[in-house]
Amino acid sequence: MPPHVVLVTGVSRNLGSRFAARLAADPSIDRVIGVDTLPPGPELAALLGRTEFVRADIRNPLIGKVIAAAGVDTVVHLSITATPHRAGGRVAMKEMNVIGTMQLLAGCQKAASVRRLVVKSTTAVYGSSSRDPALFTEEMEPKGLPRSGYAKDAVEVEGYVRGFGRRRPDVALTVLRFTNFVGPRIDSPLVRYFGLPVVPTVLGYDPRLQLLHEDDALEVLRLAAVEDLPGTVNVGGSGVLLLSQAIRRAGRVSVPVPGPAVAAVGRLIRRTGLVDYSPEQMRFLNFGRVVDTTRLRKEFGYTPRYTTVEAFDDFIRARQVRPQLEPALVRRAEQAALAVLDRVGGGHG
Amino acid sequence: MADARVIPLHAGTPEPDPAAATPDPAGTPAARPTRTGRATRPAAARPARSAEPARSAEPARSAEPARSAEPARPAEPARSAEPGRSAEAGGTAAAGEAGTADAAPDGGAAPAGGSDRPDWERAVAGALAFLRRRITGDYEVDEFGFDPDLTDHLLAPPFRPLYSRWFRVEASGMANVPDAGGALVVANHSGTIPLDALMTTLALLDHHPAHRHLRALGADLVFRTPVLGAVARKAGNTLACNPDAERLLSSGELVGVWPEGFKGTGKPYADRYKLQRFGRGGFVSAALRTGVPIIPCSIVGAEETYPLIGNARALARLLNVPYFPITPTFPWLGPLGLVPLPSKWLIEFGEPIDTGSLGAAAADDPMLVFNLTDQVRETIQQTLYRLLLQRKSAFR
Repeated sequence: MPPHVVLVTGVSRNLGSRFAARLAADPSIDRVIGVDTLPPGPELAALLGRTEFVRADIRNPLIGKVIAAAGVDTVVHLSITATPHRAGGRVAMKEMNVIGTMQLLAGCQKAASVRRLVVKSTTAVYGSSSRDPALFTEEMEPKGLPRSGYAKDAVEVEGYVRGFGRRRPDVALTVLRFTNFVGPRIDSPLVRYFGLPVVPTVLGYDPRLQLLHEDDALEVLRLAAVEDLPGTVNVGGSGVLLLSQAIRRAGRVSVPVPGPAVAAVGRLIRRTGLVDYSPEQMRFLNFGRVVDTTRLRKEFGYTPRYTTVEAFDDFIRARQVRPQLEPALVRRAEQAALAVLDRVGGGHG
Repeated sequence: MADARVIPLHAGTPEPDPAAATPDPAGTPAARPTRTGRATRPAAARPARSAEPARSAEPARSAEPARSAEPARPAEPARSAEPGRSAEAGGTAAAGEAGTADAAPDGGAAPAGGSDRPDWERAVAGALAFLRRRITGDYEVDEFGFDPDLTDHLLAPPFRPLYSRWFRVEASGMANVPDAGGALVVANHSGTIPLDALMTTLALLDHHPAHRHLRALGADLVFRTPVLGAVARKAGNTLACNPDAERLLSSGELVGVWPEGFKGTGKPYADRYKLQRFGRGGFVSAALRTGVPIIPCSIVGAEETYPLIGNARALARLLNVPYFPITPTFPWLGPLGLVPLPSKWLIEFGEPIDTGSLGAAAADDPMLVFNLTDQVRETIQQTLYRLLLQRKSAFR
């Protein structure tokens, strides 16, 4: 049953505003209400269309009033953030993620009109370690619970969402565990990472990456918001890229950093503001993470249009991440070498 | 990693006359991409004598000038800025020649490798294509991180001399390993450093009619270790855990498991060829759940590679490893102590044990799982005794 009134949190951020725009373009939805602490920038605001923007902090009980007053039936919670600097420091980030979710859930629990809740989570809840199985299914527990940062926030958020589900069994609950996003327009720590002048990697490790194209992410969110597809679902493109391979495909130059120096280099990058990320995510550069997306394709009923490799290539093309080593140049060099070979070989044959 | 460096140094020593070595004592000359590739390349330079066996030093040199003449040098500054890759690219000189021997027949891999080219040119063209694929990231990796392109062309070739010349491996019972579909190879583990896993993998890749990649299940320690862990994944290995085993088996892969684990590799020399406990039978339940046959595999020869006469427990604890081996040569001779003794190896793949007829529910019957585990263990133990009698001595 399609929703009438949808509330979207985190609407001033890239994914949030694009998602709200997509809903606003759907005439069967009566109202789209976007909530965030700050108004969206001019570029994103232009996208929003008929979305009603409410400047509210989901960390205070006001959010409950907004839900009740508008008769919201579907809540899409996208404001869980992985970028501490943007959120105003780690403490503010945690408040935003955890306390914000608690307030939002409290508001939803009181509002009888709410029938569907969609939460954007992350595959970071599976952690990242050498003892991981090659692919995580939704039932698997992390080998070591993430002890800090974004991943811990996400684990706690999921815990509160489960609690909410027990208290309001009539609400259809969808938890979407996304892999890393890439795409022409999205901004994320990983996207920034590939844009660094040289790409630092951890010496002796080559993580597997699984990526999701932003278009697929938006479509999965839209489906979850307009259809009844309850459950916890891993959302990622099929296939993997090794980090080294991704860097080569992008024509970038990687600089392997020895293990003990990784933390220092990471701090430097964060301080200079080149990439804003949650420090515990550095472990991702050791082991990476891949999830099983069978449930997404079979039960949720959506097959991402882009595989991991296609999503990455599209991102590289559209972003014009300038290759330091042109693939065409390599191909030409190969052709030239073959020509030399022909001449040399010609003498014998 | 350490053994990889040691091998080329000593690979030739047991048989100083390479010409005499060419008719392979193992009796399987046809399925040897390396050897055939080498033999034909210099012959092509002198077309009259195509059957002449090659001097192994020559092809290496013949490939060299072609590489240095190659104007792919604009790539050089970028490559040298990245130590990991430059090491890899340097290795292609040797690896490319062997690798392209496989690549050449299918044609698709080498873009300009026309059929009118002499063999050595095709080999160089193949090596160039490989180099281009590596530099531009144009290859495929599966969900487990397995990189067949790298494995076939770079990781496997250095171990081939170790397989054929140093250990003179004789593999038998290949017909017991299916050409397609999932199967679980269960083998005994020994030798301090798991060379037995490498040799079994190479046996199936080079000497099985379907050239199957064995997807070995390794210990956590392997994947925790820098470099080794990354390389192990690229070579198709993954962590020994039931979800991974079942996923590989149900997608039709050939999976290898060494259920003794560190108890097998780290046992004293005095206990050689005495099988240790076979884990907790996890491999049997994985086979039962996926309904694939279990192929018992008996490996003779690995025990003598590094005879373990002592274990420095304190040092092992300090380094956080299961044991710190003391052999007659290690650590006394330093890096030289890492050279394995040239024992004579026999690998036998036994009759497959069918699990499909028992049904997936059988995996939840602990008694059946224990019995099946014992059956596999007993089969391997008996085969080991038989193979030991067959072998004249440990080194011949």
